[in-house]
Amino acid sequence: MAAHNLKHALFCAIVTLVISYPILGFNLESQGTSVILEGAKTSTVIGVLLAAVIVFLFQLFRDNVMGSLRQLPAVNPLANRKPMEQSRRLKLESALLTLMVIGALIWPFIASRGAVDLATLVLIYIMLALGLNVVVGLAGLLDLGYVAFYAVGAYTFALLSQYYGVSFWFALPIGALLAALFGLVLGFPVLRLRGDYLAIVTLGFGEIIRILLNNMTSLTGGPNGIGGIPDPTLFGMEFGRRVKEEGNTSFHETFGIAYSSEHKVIFLYLIALVLAVITAIAIRRLMRMPVGRAWEALREDEIAAKSLGLSRTAVKLSAFTIGAFFAGFAGTVFASKQGFISPESFVFLESAIILAIVVLGGMGSQMGVILAAIAVTILPELAREFSEYRMLIFGAAMVLMMVWRPQGLMPMRRIHIELKPQE
Amino acid sequence: MQDLLYFIQQLINGLTIGSTYALIAIGYTMVYGIIGMINFAHGEIYMIGAYTSLIAITGLAALGIAWLPLVLIVALICAMIVSSSMGWAVERVAYRPVRGKHRLIPLISAIGMSIFLQNYVHLAQGSRNIGFPDLIEGGFRFGAADSFQTSISYIQITIFITTLVCMTILSLFISRSRIGRACRAVSQDLGMANLLGIDTNRIISATFVIGAALAAVAGLLLGMYYGSIDPLFGFIAGLKAFTAAVLGGIGSIPGAMLGGLILGVAESMTSGYLSGEYKDVVSFGLLILILLFKPTGLLGKPEVEKI
Repeated sequence: MAAHNLKHALFCAIVTLVISYPILGFNLESQGTSVILEGAKTSTVIGVLLAAVIVFLFQLFRDNVMGSLRQLPAVNPLANRKPMEQSRRLKLESALLTLMVIGALIWPFIASRGAVDLATLVLIYIMLALGLNVVVGLAGLLDLGYVAFYAVGAYTFALLSQYYGVSFWFALPIGALLAALFGLVLGFPVLRLRGDYLAIVTLGFGEIIRILLNNMTSLTGGPNGIGGIPDPTLFGMEFGRRVKEEGNTSFHETFGIAYSSEHKVIFLYLIALVLAVITAIAIRRLMRMPVGRAWEALREDEIAAKSLGLSRTAVKLSAFTIGAFFAGFAGTVFASKQGFISPESFVFLESAIILAIVVLGGMGSQMGVILAAIAVTILPELAREFSEYRMLIFGAAMVLMMVWRPQGLMPMRRIHIELKPQE
Repeated sequence: MQDLLYFIQQLINGLTIGSTYALIAIGYTMVYGIIGMINFAHGEIYMIGAYTSLIAITGLAALGIAWLPLVLIVALICAMIVSSSMGWAVERVAYRPVRGKHRLIPLISAIGMSIFLQNYVHLAQGSRNIGFPDLIEGGFRFGAADSFQTSISYIQITIFITTLVCMTILSLFISRSRIGRACRAVSQDLGMANLLGIDTNRIISATFVIGAALAAVAGLLLGMYYGSIDPLFGFIAGLKAFTAAVLGGIGSIPGAMLGGLILGVAESMTSGYLSGEYKDVVSFGLLILILLFKPTGLLGKPEVEKI
């Protein structure tokens, strides 16, 4: 046993060295046309060696370490806690949600401009994550090209405003519907595919949309993107210092207050908030409707659901289309917030981040997804000195999450009836 | 005549790229054949192979060793060792603990691993693309001197030969060796193979190692062919190779070879006759079409759904 452990530990330590030393220990530097090799700093080399030693020791005493970890009594005080009663939990959840919305309403009036801007971004991600939650969490369809629908929404607004001068409020439903239409058209053929094929096809679709946006230079401006996207107006009132469009008035003149650029930021934030709340409520209602139940049924057992008379294509298609619809929503808000969009914003990584939010929060759980969206967007901003390591940590967190807690931080709990034992 | 030469040139370019796609695709197809998951991090393993071989080549140059066959072989061996270890470690850390859980869980874990590895190399080596030295220069030319000439560079020939050798070794390994036989058994029925005394964990690790080693070969070859590498170039190549694997029928090794060649030719024809920017659109479009009309791929076996 000990000998076997020693051999295994030695092997693991050597593998650690082999996979880290060549990449971390030597740096390739371009010098003119040629490339030279430089040794890394001593600290890096020591770090690599230290990692190998730690791996060696851990593997050597693996049984002891794991054994004593298991014997530790009740490290987790919540482990033996009984699950909260359903009615209480629901009440608590809705109270918490109300509190969050109230807090979000007060937020722009107490926070700085940058914080409000960030909060708008958080709300956009909440919309995206809630939409993807329908597709991945409820219907169990892994969509890796979700960002394509987001791009459709954003580009619809940008193009319509550039060529036809369409305003935000008109573009919002058009963008969302067009994204939904894309979802429908893409979904119709591909939803027959099994899980992981679907993932790859949607990924391919996302890439195709991005490449097309990049290359149709005459229409979309290619990699240069589209700028000058107008801000939303409030009943024809503009938020700029001067009125750009004829017939509009400006917000500060109408109300007789001093012009401030903050008004626009706050207004956009409030729009995003309203849309996010609408998204959350709409999806919450859908979840309890027959179609929502059908999504879950199909996710749990396709064959059983089919044999009970559910149309697989129709149910999946509805989830896909509704998910795409909300992505289009978010895209329009995003275009209006940035004022400028380019294909750079719609890369695969963005899809992966949204997916990570859904997974982190707990697939299917709305509350979890909202909290995860807040965490994933705000944490990198707080830890700016680690910004280099952001994506590294992000990738590692995805893997660790899947290994240790695949159901997410706040797993979805279905509403159910509990039968009491007969007396 | 001109047109024919041009066509042949595209065909040669396509087959060159396609044969390297095939090398990467084998890693996808073998892993999928055995545990039914898409190893999303495979493209990154290929990228790490390319980086390691470049590090080895530069290191040897710094030591003053310039005899080409030696440089190439040392670079190849270094890349294969590092990539295989990486493949083994990735399976151990990210895939084994989630094996057998819901389909989406290993896939998401793999996406996380892919992001992690990309940024690992990005942090260690910088995000700029780094030039690969021209080790093999020159080539054969055909056609009249004053018009279009079809050329086959020596590097293309090297790629063909290396790929051919790797494929032959792999085929022999799978059909003759003990581990190869075990691999086939495990891919047919994992549970049954386990009952019959095959250490399935070991075979699964072996699959990852073999796939990673072939990806490392492709990394060196494509690095030399394209002339520069960067931490992101594994992602698209990985997708292409996966497309190739699906095209040929996922789970089938000859299918991966065929799919890689078809995809490479389709791409080079697109860039030769339409525009280079749309070659990715064509390959993903091809993937979608294949999945719609023949989800089992060209050489794949139909999957029977058991209830």
